[in-house]
Amino acid sequence: MEALINIVLLTLLAVITVGIMFQRNLFAVVVLAGIYSFLMASVLIVLDAVDVAMTEASVGAGVSTVVLLGTLHLVRTIEYPSKRSALIPMLVAVATGAALVWGTIGLSPFGTADNAIHKHVAPKYLADSVKETLVPNVVTSTLADYRGYDTLGETTVIFTAGIGVLLLLKGRRRRGHIADEDSKVGRTA
Amino acid sequence: MEVLQRFADHYNYVVTIFLMVAGLYIVIARGNLIKKLVGLSLFQTSVYLLYIEPGKIIGGTAPIIDPAFKVYSNPLPHVLILTAIVVGVATLALGLALVVRIHEAYGTIEEDEIFSREGEE
Repeated sequence: MEALINIVLLTLLAVITVGIMFQRNLFAVVVLAGIYSFLMASVLIVLDAVDVAMTEASVGAGVSTVVLLGTLHLVRTIEYPSKRSALIPMLVAVATGAALVWGTIGLSPFGTADNAIHKHVAPKYLADSVKETLVPNVVTSTLADYRGYDTLGETTVIFTAGIGVLLLLKGRRRRGHIADEDSKVGRTA
Repeated sequence: MEVLQRFADHYNYVVTIFLMVAGLYIVIARGNLIKKLVGLSLFQTSVYLLYIEPGKIIGGTAPIIDPAFKVYSNPLPHVLILTAIVVGVATLALGLALVVRIHEAYGTIEEDEIFSREGEE
């Protein structure tokens, strides 16, 4: 049953992706991207990644969509057809896809417990984390305790990106005011 | 029949790879900068799937320890991807801020027009 729900949701994801590829109205693209993120969150729930699903629904479907819509407010919302040929990108994409499919043939089937990923450190976390950290959610204890430095690095990245966005958009407001004043001066003169 | 069974077993990976190359195609082929960034986030989300799919065990449950359950899916990819999602939205926001600045400087967000304007100057 899990596998069946998964297959249906993944097929829907692929269909939405095709829609994003061919849609030229950027507003529709952003809405489709929001749908894509919610579908992705559903897939993640089926894959037992509930924490990731919550983050994807709030950050991927929420924040990303808001940021994209905010940008669309400032720029044009229609995409013009590109003059370049689509042949070379298509070839690159198909070649990459073929190589990746060839690479995944050797992976063990989806959902089996004897997958190599389940035999390394994961059993240790599952067995010991409650004893060591008293947190029943293993994802939380791993994120905050065992791999706290990863999270510190992540916060650094977000901080840097936030500063970058602020610097880029701060100059914009100032220039906008100057442009407004110039146009006012022009009118009175 | 065996090929069909193999395809069903690996259907997840096939769809993940499709999402990945679709994102790659959009990034390379489309000239609109916002479309490119959406393609880039498609590529990123496909990587989330690629990490989390092998960690799933059919019949298992979310890795929240409780005496009622015995089999849990692998928590480690979840932790890594939580970090990746947040970093992904940070890079998207930075990219969009750059798009706004490019639009200010050139009056367009189409790559072709930007290049032709560069040529004129």
